[in-house]
Amino acid sequence: MSELIKGATGDWEMVIGLEVHAQVVSNAKLFSGAATAFGAAPNSQVSTVDAGFPGMLPVINAYCVEQAVRTGLGLKAKINLTSVFDRKNYFYADLPNGYQISQYKDPIVGEGRLLLDMPDGSTREIGITRLHLEQDAGKSLHDQHPNLTFVDLNRAGVALMEIVSEPDMRTAEEAALYITKLRTVLRYLGTCDGNMEEGSMRADVNVSVRRPGAPFGTRCEIKNVNSIRFVRAAIEYEARRQIEILEDGGEIRQETRLFDSVKGVTRSMRSKEDAHDYRYFPDPDLLPLVLDAEWVKGIEAGLPELPDEKKARLVAEYGIKPYDAWVLVAEREPADFFEAVAKGRDPKLAASWVMGDFFAMLNRLGKSVTESPVSAESLGQLIDLISDNTISGRIAKEVFEAMVETGKAPAAIVEEKGLRQVTDTGAIEAAIDDVLAKNQDKVAEYRSGKDKLFGFFVGQVMKATQGKANPAAVNDILKAKLQG
Amino acid sequence: MASDLTRLSLAEAREGLRARKFSAVELTRAYLGAMEAARGLNAYITETPDLALEQAAASDARLAAGTAGSLEGLPLAIKDLYATRGVLTTAASHILDGFTPTYESTVTTSLWREGAVMLGKANMDEFAMGGSNENSYYGPVVNPWRRNGDTAALVPGGSSGGSAAAVAADLCVAALGTDTGGSIRQPAAFTGTVGIKPTYGRCSRFGIIAFASSLEQAGPMTKTVTDAAILLGAIAGHDPHDSTSVPVPVPDYAAALTGDLRGKKIGIPKEYRVDGMPAEIEAWWQKGADWLRAAGAEVVEVSLPHSRHALPAYYIVAPAEASSNLARYDGVRFGLRVPGKDLTEMYENTRGEGFGKEVRRRILIGTYVLSAGYYDAYYSRAQKLRRLIANDFETAFETVDAILAPTTPSAAFASGEKADPLSMYLGDVFTVTANLAGLPAMSVPAGLSAEGLPLGLQVIGKAFDEAGVLNVGYALERAAGFDAKPAAWWRA
Repeated sequence: MSELIKGATGDWEMVIGLEVHAQVVSNAKLFSGAATAFGAAPNSQVSTVDAGFPGMLPVINAYCVEQAVRTGLGLKAKINLTSVFDRKNYFYADLPNGYQISQYKDPIVGEGRLLLDMPDGSTREIGITRLHLEQDAGKSLHDQHPNLTFVDLNRAGVALMEIVSEPDMRTAEEAALYITKLRTVLRYLGTCDGNMEEGSMRADVNVSVRRPGAPFGTRCEIKNVNSIRFVRAAIEYEARRQIEILEDGGEIRQETRLFDSVKGVTRSMRSKEDAHDYRYFPDPDLLPLVLDAEWVKGIEAGLPELPDEKKARLVAEYGIKPYDAWVLVAEREPADFFEAVAKGRDPKLAASWVMGDFFAMLNRLGKSVTESPVSAESLGQLIDLISDNTISGRIAKEVFEAMVETGKAPAAIVEEKGLRQVTDTGAIEAAIDDVLAKNQDKVAEYRSGKDKLFGFFVGQVMKATQGKANPAAVNDILKAKLQG
Repeated sequence: MASDLTRLSLAEAREGLRARKFSAVELTRAYLGAMEAARGLNAYITETPDLALEQAAASDARLAAGTAGSLEGLPLAIKDLYATRGVLTTAASHILDGFTPTYESTVTTSLWREGAVMLGKANMDEFAMGGSNENSYYGPVVNPWRRNGDTAALVPGGSSGGSAAAVAADLCVAALGTDTGGSIRQPAAFTGTVGIKPTYGRCSRFGIIAFASSLEQAGPMTKTVTDAAILLGAIAGHDPHDSTSVPVPVPDYAAALTGDLRGKKIGIPKEYRVDGMPAEIEAWWQKGADWLRAAGAEVVEVSLPHSRHALPAYYIVAPAEASSNLARYDGVRFGLRVPGKDLTEMYENTRGEGFGKEVRRRILIGTYVLSAGYYDAYYSRAQKLRRLIANDFETAFETVDAILAPTTPSAAFASGEKADPLSMYLGDVFTVTANLAGLPAMSVPAGLSAEGLPLGLQVIGKAFDEAGVLNVGYALERAAGFDAKPAAWWRA
């Protein structure tokens, strides 16, 4: 999907690469035993290791390593059996050691890929360059005191995975789809909760523009963008900005920029010349991380079914459209819900109910699948009532609303409200005769060629039977009588 | 009685305590008295008499109850680089003003578990950077030894100068030092004491304030080789809190001391005959070889061809690591803070005032060698040299069991004599190789120089063969019969 931007002097193409920082799901930090729960009181989850006290040493948390490997496997990436932790040196008040332990030359995960699910049902492959493990820094709070900065080290030392993409994306929409898909994969794997509003996923966005087919232009990096909406907005603003400069005959300076989400603009933070010299070198407190190939295989064997596979299976097993399947698998719970509903039932009917009335109801109530007032079991029962002709599809919608309101089982609602479909042809025939008798003028019109009136008769019959008449039976009998 | 007790070796004092000839409290009081009389040496930064007496009383109770540990009641000096819970820990730096850790180093934890008593925190070169103990914010340590007929103050060596002086002047029964480039062995040589730097990974570094993480190790500084064996046995072992400590069994070092070197081969590295080495150093080295031969060893020449690159490699790797390790002293969370108008100025003021000259020099060197564009020329090459130096030893150890060399190219020098940092660095020429290669190495007193100052011989061994190194040291000790003590002029 290459969408070009029209400039004053011709078309331009965006080139986008993303570095996503994903907080590892783990009870303890990357190199200390301190807890990681979000929202705890400031500086209540800090060990002397995290706070960089003299003589403290890092010890790698094996579970975080396992999570990184699991993520690498989920991204179909190469797992590097030997990787090295380096120190990235810089001074800041919320970086207690004066260096961040990261992986520079030898990351734990190498090249992989991520498939984007495009709205037209196709997929597009984006290359993953690498994934490495690193510690997060603490948080500086500049708004707590008129002339002091407060530091909260709860986040200091928490494990992050930095996942770097190839510059393979060409539109802001693709970048948004990339983050969405990455979040889906991470959530399936249980390696990152993907909550961008809590900061557990943040993106650095690299943007450049070029003439279609030309070599890459000079890029700018927009740091720490913390929502998919902002990623899209930042890219669109930044591309426009660069195009304007280039069309005015200017040059793009390689620099780091910040996105101002209030004004919707990016602003220069520092130029390449002012960039930090991080003085990376291998952390002498940690030995190279050497993984056992069998251990990695064991993690691979324990991987859950991932979204791409689940999507393919839903398409194959239930005959639903690829994009519908992606909508279902984008999160694990809807897919599980769908499968629970569809199992042993008409898959098309199940898909149309789950993706139609059910999702609409959730949207209306602002609830998630797990909070739904209607369980998969009772939605399945409702579909069963349609399939065995107990109720019509139209009545089912009424039953469904009652289920949402009362939480009662569909069969009970049908009985209570007397919604059982009338399949007794005698009763239907009587109702039809009554309608035809009352509308003899229309019968005459119909018979003289006004076919469109057929719908009117159906409507009258359904009204007379409070919608409970079997629509197929109504059609058949009505047609016969009108012709007669 | 008091002064007699302080003359005992650790092994002798342990005997005496076990036989209840004297109590741990008596022994501790004797040392506390000696310390008080020796304040002029400036061997301790912090004395902990109340804690010591409390620990000694508890030791006496355990000795009485028959539940004594292997170091029960033995009063030690602890280099002020070890974090000690509730006791001021300074690394001899202004920047750690008032820093009292809430945690204890793994090595000292082992000592207290075995019943040892802490007399205080020993003076040292700031952040263990130095070879003369002149770089302490708390003032220089004075060597208990003086040249014959001279009252000029001499340096005790460094960086574990306070520990060495305390052992030599009988201000503790033994001490802990640390050795990054010779910081145990060189002061041991300058003070007529014994010191061993174990294999890298043999002892935990957890709770030792880091200078150069890939080079440093904890180690004992003692009056005898037997004492060193006992103390090393207590502090060695794997620690899950230090990823670089190695899970290998710790043998009974004291039991390995036979002095019998029959069937052993000792290497004399020809490259250690450096230009300008004093003749008497060479002579004592020769004498050491003769002693080992007499103990049954075969002495052969070996080659360590990359030795001449050891000093430059060391003075790139160690400052590089230090520049990063010392970044945490920023005035934000502990120790000294000198305010400024903003964060950067606060950093500059704090670090500018908090660090001494040598520390600042090494931070600058280390920052430089790690900088973009210089990394490959300096740090990478130094690491390659380090590999070559380690390979030299591996090759040598295919034919020999241990290597004999001088510990230092000279005896103790006068305070202020080596104002030029390069001449100071050259004093580490024989010791840094063992750190670069991660090998165990010890210094044992050989005899006195013509000026009446102690000289040490160094034994370097295979990785994790501290037992072998100690046994060679034991043979040297027996042959040397070194029993000289400095005149106790400081008591006057």
